[in-house]
Amino acid sequence: MTLPAQTASDMSEAVGLHTVTKRFPGVLAVDGVSLTVRTGEVHVLLGENGAGKSTIVGMLAGLQEPDDGHISVAGTGSRLDSPSASLDAGIATVFQHVMLVPTLTVFENLVLGAPWWRRPHRAQIERRIAELSRDFGLKVQLDAMTGDLSLGEQQQIEIARALLRDARVLILDEATSMLTPSGADELGAQMRRLAERGLAVIFITHKLGEAYRFGDRISVLQQGRMVGDIAPDALARMDEDAAIEEMVRLMFGGSDTSASLYRDRPAPTAAPLLSVERLGTEGGAEMMALKDLSFDLRPGEILGIAGIDGNGQKQLAEALSGQRSATAGRVMFDGADVTRLSVGQRRKLGLRYLTDDRLSEGTIGIFPIAENTVLKDIGAAPFWSGGIERPARIGAHAREVIRHYSVRAPSEFTPIGHLSGGNIQKVLLARELTGEARAVIFNKPTYGLDTRNIAASRRRIREIADKGLAVLLISTELDELIELADRIAVMASGRIRGTVVNDAGAGDLRLRLGRLMVDEGKMADTTGDAA
Amino acid sequence: MSASSELDDAAPAQSPRRSSRWLQRFVLVTLGPILAALVVSGIVLLLFGVDPLEYYGYVVRRGLLSSLGLQQTATRMAPLLFLAAGLIVAFRAGLWNLGVDGQFLLGAVAAAALAPSLVDILPGWAMLVAGFCVAALVGALWSVVPALLRAYQGVNEIITTLMMTFLGVSLANVLVKLVFLDPTTTVPQTRTLPVPDRMPRLFDTTISSGMIWGILAVLAVHLMMTRTAFGLRLRTVGANPHAAAHAGLNVPLLTVAVFAISAGFAGLAGASEVLGVTGNIQADWNPAYGLMVIPLVFLARFHGVGSIILIFLYSTLLIGAESAARRVGVPQDFTLVLVSSLLILLALAEWLDARRSWTES
Repeated sequence: MTLPAQTASDMSEAVGLHTVTKRFPGVLAVDGVSLTVRTGEVHVLLGENGAGKSTIVGMLAGLQEPDDGHISVAGTGSRLDSPSASLDAGIATVFQHVMLVPTLTVFENLVLGAPWWRRPHRAQIERRIAELSRDFGLKVQLDAMTGDLSLGEQQQIEIARALLRDARVLILDEATSMLTPSGADELGAQMRRLAERGLAVIFITHKLGEAYRFGDRISVLQQGRMVGDIAPDALARMDEDAAIEEMVRLMFGGSDTSASLYRDRPAPTAAPLLSVERLGTEGGAEMMALKDLSFDLRPGEILGIAGIDGNGQKQLAEALSGQRSATAGRVMFDGADVTRLSVGQRRKLGLRYLTDDRLSEGTIGIFPIAENTVLKDIGAAPFWSGGIERPARIGAHAREVIRHYSVRAPSEFTPIGHLSGGNIQKVLLARELTGEARAVIFNKPTYGLDTRNIAASRRRIREIADKGLAVLLISTELDELIELADRIAVMASGRIRGTVVNDAGAGDLRLRLGRLMVDEGKMADTTGDAA
Repeated sequence: MSASSELDDAAPAQSPRRSSRWLQRFVLVTLGPILAALVVSGIVLLLFGVDPLEYYGYVVRRGLLSSLGLQQTATRMAPLLFLAAGLIVAFRAGLWNLGVDGQFLLGAVAAAALAPSLVDILPGWAMLVAGFCVAALVGALWSVVPALLRAYQGVNEIITTLMMTFLGVSLANVLVKLVFLDPTTTVPQTRTLPVPDRMPRLFDTTISSGMIWGILAVLAVHLMMTRTAFGLRLRTVGANPHAAAHAGLNVPLLTVAVFAISAGFAGLAGASEVLGVTGNIQADWNPAYGLMVIPLVFLARFHGVGSIILIFLYSTLLIGAESAARRVGVPQDFTLVLVSSLLILLALAEWLDARRSWTES
């Protein structure tokens, strides 16, 4: 759906996108989006990962340029073709990960980027920082070493830097995701003060409670398109629960195209092949920890794992495949404890993992297709005998893969990096099914593929389950999960928030999943666990 | 020039076109820079008032065509070949072991210290085998620190191996001057292995049999990297450690193994020089062969046979330039001008090639 372009004469417009489209290879990241951000408002952008929020931020920050449509600043068309052009236009961005030099003092970081021939006026900056502290409650110690400060304090510096540059539009890209709840509340209060002083604030978050409390206007993106927004007066009339309900509806509801595709067959009843018991992994600054994960997967069953990207799905896949070590709990496969087994040992048992990172993890781009088809079986018969390569056998195997999976490639000698994403995915799937596969973990199997390849991949996944293999399907696409999975577990913050039986007949399945995904704590326990 | 991309080619028409493209590429990125380097260096010679043809003539006559010169050239190849074998393993596995000189010298010192004392105990061949083994072991040991740092902490091995070379060269010197000093001579050097006990020479020449072993080592390494499961594991780690871990390879262990093999060959290179040619080590001896071989292995694209050919040409140049320099009156260091212009032109050709394939695809 494309909204008509906003009236350009809107006097309060701080920055506007006008039917902007941005494509990346294989992906339509932003599709004809129009958006007007007004001065004096906190404008919240919502959407799942891959909905296009980051791309919009990137275009406003001057990191990318739109392919179609244009951007206007204060009502006049502008070309933001570099980060400095964007700064000159008064748009400042605070990214999720702080972009300060940790080994410089706060003062040095603040004057960084000023013309090199001009000596920074310390007294002047001190005066302005004092004003900002008074007006907005910013806490900035000029002589502190930046690296010694907490993340929240460093964000304050970034905001101060934006204000020193007389920014009129401040973008906060998931700025609260790394903060404590009280830190987030403080930042929210600051956003309100900044808006009252006439700045336009664009606030991107996954936390719907924050969106309601801090935001004036809420726009929701879904798969690159603007699917709706909540105007200030409408938002003011709702209480928090009603607002969150509405946001969930906008984010996850709507085009229920896949509801009728529920697999019409009895639920598998065999004994579980893969059992995960209270699994936990270590986290880090950039990596969410898994906590207390348990589920069973039966032969012939497809268990979907839903969730907003980055809530521990990749870590789960890696912990199951053996790439990431578990710090708690255990993984049982066919009755045996495999928690301590290596990647290779688990593969031999028939536990396979098809990674979402086709290019930099799944394949080696410069190696020919042939070698990539056997990359997980190096040294194994029949492709090697006594450690010596049998190129003829590897070649024959690769040609068989190319034929059977209809890989479009000139020959098995073509470097796999030359193939399209869909064709690489076919080779990877073939590799995971080679030999005695019994359970396959798919991590975002259709991500970045075109429509035809998406359909073909989904069909293959279903065939695999129908053959009696157990399938764990991790996906951020609800449509995909509803189309394929027998049960869908929802992950948020490294935990399973709930498991829902895929009874696609009930139309509100998407909404039920969506509520679990957005991780509003109080909702976590209300949904019946049908596992 | 065909501008069509390889992807569009139908399979039947491919092989002749592929071989002509290969030839084109060979001329552009290998032969071209060599010829251009000869021309550039020739211009430098002209500026000095020296006839370049005369200089090159001497180089070829002395290094290649004279019997004695050819024998010296072949003998000089031995340590370079062993070093190349070690570098091919490391580079193909994506690890930049630039510390081969330290590993080489310590291996050489180990061989020089051990061999003379074993002469009376062991039969000749066993003494030589023991010398080579110990040299390989010592060379490998010297790579343990960079290997572990790289494998488990991700510390850049370029820095650590280079620093270990500074330490290794100094340590080798200390060992020669303080520990393994031959008390019977006034010159500071290790005990000398008598000529008859050194590695046998080929037929009636002065060529050390180390050259043959060196060629075998390079060929063996080449086959290992291209034809075996172990080689593919190493290349996988080299091309993409992330993908290697995903495929179930033990990346840290393989990294340590690559360092051990690479440094072991550097140790063998040291042993081949001591046990085959010099018989002892004099104080402050550091031929820095490793730094010469690294660009040659690069030029050969880590290919075994290519490396052997280039090492042969380079040895010819080294031997020939010594006398040519004397005859025509240019400093001996002129070889460096030739080599460095070759490297610059090589890099240039590489860039042109990359740009060409970029525009084609």
